[in-house]
Amino acid sequence: MAVNGAVTWLRRAEEIDGYDLSASDSEEVHVLAVDDSLVDRKVIERLLKITSCKVTAVDSGRRALQFLGLDEEKEANGFDGLKVDLIITDYCMPGMTGYELLKKVKESSVFREIPVVIMSSENVIARIDRCLEEGAEDFIVKPVKLSDVKRIIDYMTMDFREGEERRGGINKRKLRDDGDDRFSSSPPSTLSSSSPTAPSNWILRPDVSK
Amino acid sequence: MLGLAADRLRADMNRLLAFLFHQGILDEQFLQLQQLQDESSPNFVSEVVNIYFHESEKLLRSLRSLLMDREFSDYNRMGIHLNQFMGSSSSIGANRIRNVCVAFRAASEQNNRAGCLRALEVLEHEYCFLKNKLHELFQIQQQRVLAAGVRYPMQN
Repeated sequence: MAVNGAVTWLRRAEEIDGYDLSASDSEEVHVLAVDDSLVDRKVIERLLKITSCKVTAVDSGRRALQFLGLDEEKEANGFDGLKVDLIITDYCMPGMTGYELLKKVKESSVFREIPVVIMSSENVIARIDRCLEEGAEDFIVKPVKLSDVKRIIDYMTMDFREGEERRGGINKRKLRDDGDDRFSSSPPSTLSSSSPTAPSNWILRPDVSK
Repeated sequence: MLGLAADRLRADMNRLLAFLFHQGILDEQFLQLQQLQDESSPNFVSEVVNIYFHESEKLLRSLRSLLMDREFSDYNRMGIHLNQFMGSSSSIGANRIRNVCVAFRAASEQNNRAGCLRALEVLEHEYCFLKNKLHELFQIQQQRVLAAGVRYPMQN
């Protein structure tokens, strides 16, 4: 993964249309939403924008990996990707499923700390368990509602504040000009987001067993 | 005079919505979409619904052409189309259509071609009905905007 230093990254990113990197935006949570359904992408985008998140919506796991810069076959396009704070992905997708995307993210030493939330229209306990065991942060049963998104974003931002010292704030994008690089050696996180047992502050959708 | 027109239009809209909810044609997810509409995204609901119409018509055409084929056996492929249709219908609150898809999928899983054909006919009928009603709803809402002379967020 090319590591050019924060200053170079910032300059390249500023050249790209549509990305507003004013200082105030560094506080916004940047969510990568993955869903093959255009209807669902439109809805999740709106839900996330209303919750004051920056959203990048893509239509496949492959494109998600490309955006992150993880796709082996294709070079990272243009820039190393804006820092992603959360990935929210549909489970059932042609090609790479959300579960496979989850695995790829959690296998990556660079990206495994990014929380991944799975969405699915099927309320199947085995599927939910499998995703959680693989390190998914949460599981939303579709149709996605504003309360679902709010819950996740609230939980995440709360987690940021608590975990900031522990993790060196690597989950929160900060634009620093002191040469701090998000890919530089942050200490390996002791937070086990991929542990098989749920942390006590995990909030599952209340009616998940229905 | 204008006030009366606005009141009547709002009453029309509420009556139509009440009908659609009462009949189970729409469910609370549609309300959720309406809540996401505001001054910053004043046409959100109709934008999403129009995408839904566009996608649904493609799916219905695919389903029909699959079933019209006398040699048809690709129930897998049909299941995929149905899952897509179910998913998008549920996302906009098209409850009845979603339920028909569930029944359709059950017939498909049993490789029951006749059952699938019947389900497809019901599906096409329900879809047409919903499309007409939602167009009616959007028309009323447009008229409300015109009657008021100003743009304001959608109210239930």
